[in-house]
Amino acid sequence: MDERSEQLVAGGKQAPVIEPGYTFGSVTDKISSIVLTRPTSTGWFVGFGVFFLLTMMMLYAIGYLFVRGIGIWGVNIPIGWGFAIVNFVWWIGIGHAGTLISAILLLLRQSWRNSINRFAEAMTLFAVASAGIFPLIHVGRPWLAYWLFPYPNTMGVWPQFRSPLVWDVFAVSTYFTISLVFWFIGLIPDLATLRDRSENRVARFIYGMLAMGWRGSARHWFRYETAYLLLAGLATPLVLSVHTVVSFDFAIGIVPGWHTTIFPPYFVAGAIYSGFAMVLMLAIPIRKIYGLQDFITERHLENSAKVMLATGLIVGYGYIIEAFMGWYSGNRYDAFTLWNRLHGPYAFFYFMLLACNLVIPQLLWIRKLRTSPAWLFVVSGVILTGMWLERFIIVVVSLHRDFLNSSWGMYYPTRWDWMTYVGTIGMFLAAIFLFVRILPMISIFEMRTLLPEAEVKE
Amino acid sequence: MKRPPIYGMMAEFDSATALVAAAHQTHEAGYQKIDAYSPFPVEGLAEAIGFHKNAVPLVVLVGGLIGGLSGYLMQYWISAISYPINVGGKPYHSWPAFIVVTFEMTILFAGLAAVFGMLALNGLPMPYHPVFNVPRFAFATKDRFFLIVFSSDAKYDSVRTRQFLEGLTPKSISEVPS
Repeated sequence: MDERSEQLVAGGKQAPVIEPGYTFGSVTDKISSIVLTRPTSTGWFVGFGVFFLLTMMMLYAIGYLFVRGIGIWGVNIPIGWGFAIVNFVWWIGIGHAGTLISAILLLLRQSWRNSINRFAEAMTLFAVASAGIFPLIHVGRPWLAYWLFPYPNTMGVWPQFRSPLVWDVFAVSTYFTISLVFWFIGLIPDLATLRDRSENRVARFIYGMLAMGWRGSARHWFRYETAYLLLAGLATPLVLSVHTVVSFDFAIGIVPGWHTTIFPPYFVAGAIYSGFAMVLMLAIPIRKIYGLQDFITERHLENSAKVMLATGLIVGYGYIIEAFMGWYSGNRYDAFTLWNRLHGPYAFFYFMLLACNLVIPQLLWIRKLRTSPAWLFVVSGVILTGMWLERFIIVVVSLHRDFLNSSWGMYYPTRWDWMTYVGTIGMFLAAIFLFVRILPMISIFEMRTLLPEAEVKE
Repeated sequence: MKRPPIYGMMAEFDSATALVAAAHQTHEAGYQKIDAYSPFPVEGLAEAIGFHKNAVPLVVLVGGLIGGLSGYLMQYWISAISYPINVGGKPYHSWPAFIVVTFEMTILFAGLAAVFGMLALNGLPMPYHPVFNVPRFAFATKDRFFLIVFSSDAKYDSVRTRQFLEGLTPKSISEVPS
């Protein structure tokens, strides 16, 4: 059995990537009808409405922040980095799964990715957009946030390129730009399909303009595939670099608990870990509501669970090494950081973190749970919580007690911190709601290539 | 410049295999200016119509080089020439610190070159195109496969080309007005 049919046929224990019996036409109709003909349900309006209101709450919190300044947050000296940076790192990490699915799995020829890459990429975009809000509003004078970029100015000053914070500006903005164009060129052939299928003149005009006159010429496809493959090759080191650079924000500082060389790989693994959890938390309800179980099969759920299990173990290894180095380095400040995590005022969160990220996900070793959507949904939620706690521990617990006990302090988030954080979740989900309503959430043309009839017989 | 009234002759097929075979035969019959349309990338189709190399990789390479060089030189110029600041005695030209931004700029420029280079080489955006005049062509983005012989081809002849395409047993044949 060749590689292709092996992936498609429901042989052995594994579920197929796409259920048998589909044709080019039925795949096209099934996915495009969600956008074009399916009536918008009340549930959609309710869900979108709720998340839209949360977005408004975030804007309110940010508006108040602009009026009053970051004093309304719980940040202080010594904890200058509070929720803003915790949430920034959490959101950026979530984005990483989308690029991993669309780029790295493409290079590894994992064709099961074809049915989840589109919405995973959309998730990346919205997650990075949510992440980007935080450093901008955290700078104190957000109307001067453009000073982060090097541009010729009458003051004659330039950014400091020896600082990892400036590296981060370049890493995150490049990541967002490349994710956006990668997602968009993936959409072009499907936008052309919607243009040709749509009965509504306005919709046809809009899809037509966005499709830019795509007509599926063999020459176009040839260049398109080359460009897509090269973009995947470029996005692969990029995605690994982004969370590496985010970890440099910490690792290059001398604060105990930050200043370690394990941070880059440990951050990247944690990013993919939380990202896959978010993919599952979105995919499980979406496939049920829109009846896409034939395209997003148990195989996808199980493979994602396996990725989570593997990256979760790498994250666990990171925790063990952090603890070991706290003892082995002989550095009293590092040793104290470990002690403070276990016995300090935030110890409860550290043990919660260990439970959420290390202990509970081990359930995924059980195959029955890996293929059960309900269980996966719960475990994914636990992992997302755990990864948020991890960033909280890294940012807050490291900062609140550093070298001098005269400068120790405590951090308590205020309601404005919570409103902003919950608001970005609302904005993220509102964007996902819009996305599934107006764009094909599964790549139609890549699904066609999975069908047996797509193969050219000699 | 006024275009000829007929843009070409189009034949419709119902499978990727039939299209690739037809494209091979048409190319071998001496038709040079032909194109094929499919709802997904078909392996070997570009070769079948005689299109073997594309310039996208070169564009990406040039984009990446420009990005990397400009990224590094920008940092060098800013940190060592325009705005030298002594931070903890580190050299002005502290190249290891410049690698990250150089890398990101390389990826950014190469990636944008891939996207815009691909679009430009494909002549997109082009919302109007004569092939859209064929009503059946709407299925080219769903489940149908099309082959066209352009009227600008030296061998094109409205009668003989139609006869030749009929010999390929297509599902339908239409003349494409421009």
